[in-house]
Amino acid sequence: MAKIEGELKLLREEVTNMWNLVHSQLTKGLTALENFDKDLAREIVMIEKRVNSAELKIDRDCEDIFAIYCPVAIDLRFLLAALKTNTNLERMGDIAEGIAKLIIDTESAFKPALLKATKVVEMYHEAIHITEEILVAFEKEDSAIARGIFKRNEFLDKINMQANELIIGYLKDHPDEINQALNLLSIIRRLERLGDQAENIAEEIIFYLEAKVIRHAKKGKLID
Amino acid sequence: MESTIIRSENFNAYFGSNHVVKNITMDIPKNNVVAVMGPSGCGKTTFLRCINRMHELIAGATAEGKMLLHDDDIYQINPILVRLKIGMVFQHPNPFPNLSIYDNVIAGYKLSGMRLSKDKRNDIVESSLTKAALWNEVKDSLHKKGTFLSGGQQQRLCIARAIAMEPEVLLLDEPTSALDPISTASIEQLLFELKKNYTLIIVTHNMQQAGRVSDKTAFFYVGELVEYDNTREMFTNPKDSRTQNYITGRFS
Repeated sequence: MAKIEGELKLLREEVTNMWNLVHSQLTKGLTALENFDKDLAREIVMIEKRVNSAELKIDRDCEDIFAIYCPVAIDLRFLLAALKTNTNLERMGDIAEGIAKLIIDTESAFKPALLKATKVVEMYHEAIHITEEILVAFEKEDSAIARGIFKRNEFLDKINMQANELIIGYLKDHPDEINQALNLLSIIRRLERLGDQAENIAEEIIFYLEAKVIRHAKKGKLID
Repeated sequence: MESTIIRSENFNAYFGSNHVVKNITMDIPKNNVVAVMGPSGCGKTTFLRCINRMHELIAGATAEGKMLLHDDDIYQINPILVRLKIGMVFQHPNPFPNLSIYDNVIAGYKLSGMRLSKDKRNDIVESSLTKAALWNEVKDSLHKKGTFLSGGQQQRLCIARAIAMEPEVLLLDEPTSALDPISTASIEQLLFELKKNYTLIIVTHNMQQAGRVSDKTAFFYVGELVEYDNTREMFTNPKDSRTQNYITGRFS
């Protein structure tokens, strides 16, 4: 095995570990939201520190590999993809932390009727599935799975687009719940951004595997 | 559209019965730097030496197929004339040890019996050394022996000697493999300047160098041209798995 292969294998493991950390933040976030568990939400904020240090470590390792091995072709594409995925994962961690802080700041448990009306739990489940799927695409080096993310992300976009109207409608009947309704709207916005980060990672996986740059391409074409 | 200056068509080269260059068809665009890379023994240097008919100087060496300079078959032209149009620089700097810097530059004219006036000689020496980015360093010591120069300067002197003959194409066979990184960088910078006036074909083992200096790269393997593409494409997305394995260091 060429020495660079060993280095890239370690880097791949580091990215996967970071992915698992972010995934744990997200799953804990969903439980914290559903059960209004502020302790669990605080745990997510703590995990964020580990995500940040993982990001710095991956950055440093990429820098070292660039400097020492001058990678080309598929190695270069993998390294560039890993570097950008690292940034996207860190942002996903930030999003999970942001959601956790919103849960902590919310005064009373989210009303089941509000959760149901906004479809936020459904959205959260889908966001987690997308994160899991994108990891499968990365581990199996499967660009077809990565392409599937664009279609799945449409569901998050749809709920996000409906959110304002749904929240306004709910607040007309429950004007005293403005704090938690607005916090929930913020959570929906963050989940939508989570989907965007997952799309960015999907684009990087496709770049790594197929050497195709599909950033800024029309989504419809990518889904077909 | 870029015009082709050298074209090889189904070109083959042999050492006795050993078939070392196999059916190569490729176009070299004018004023480009084309890198030829591949593992040792892949035929890249032999191919290079076929372009200016140096290959046939070796006993038992033969070639067949077409090698065109513009539209003229190189193998139908007097080889001396071919080498005037297609100069060569070798792996180890090889200035004539008994000649001064000045005489090294105009050695090609002397050896081919071309007589020049003193003014003309002076002009050729100055312009060749200037093009080879060596003039400022040696203008006050033109009559010292070329071998007093550093390795990098000697290689630039060899480049000056080659371009003094006003060739159209310059072949470079691992021109920096014997040089330190600073001399290598100055030669690479020089190649970039030279391509404005010449077409350069460089054989190199240094893949980063191929990436840095060339517009197009050819990958040879066991005598065959496996892949030939724009260098940036080749180094980011090679089409053939053998190219990818070679440039990523996974070649067994």
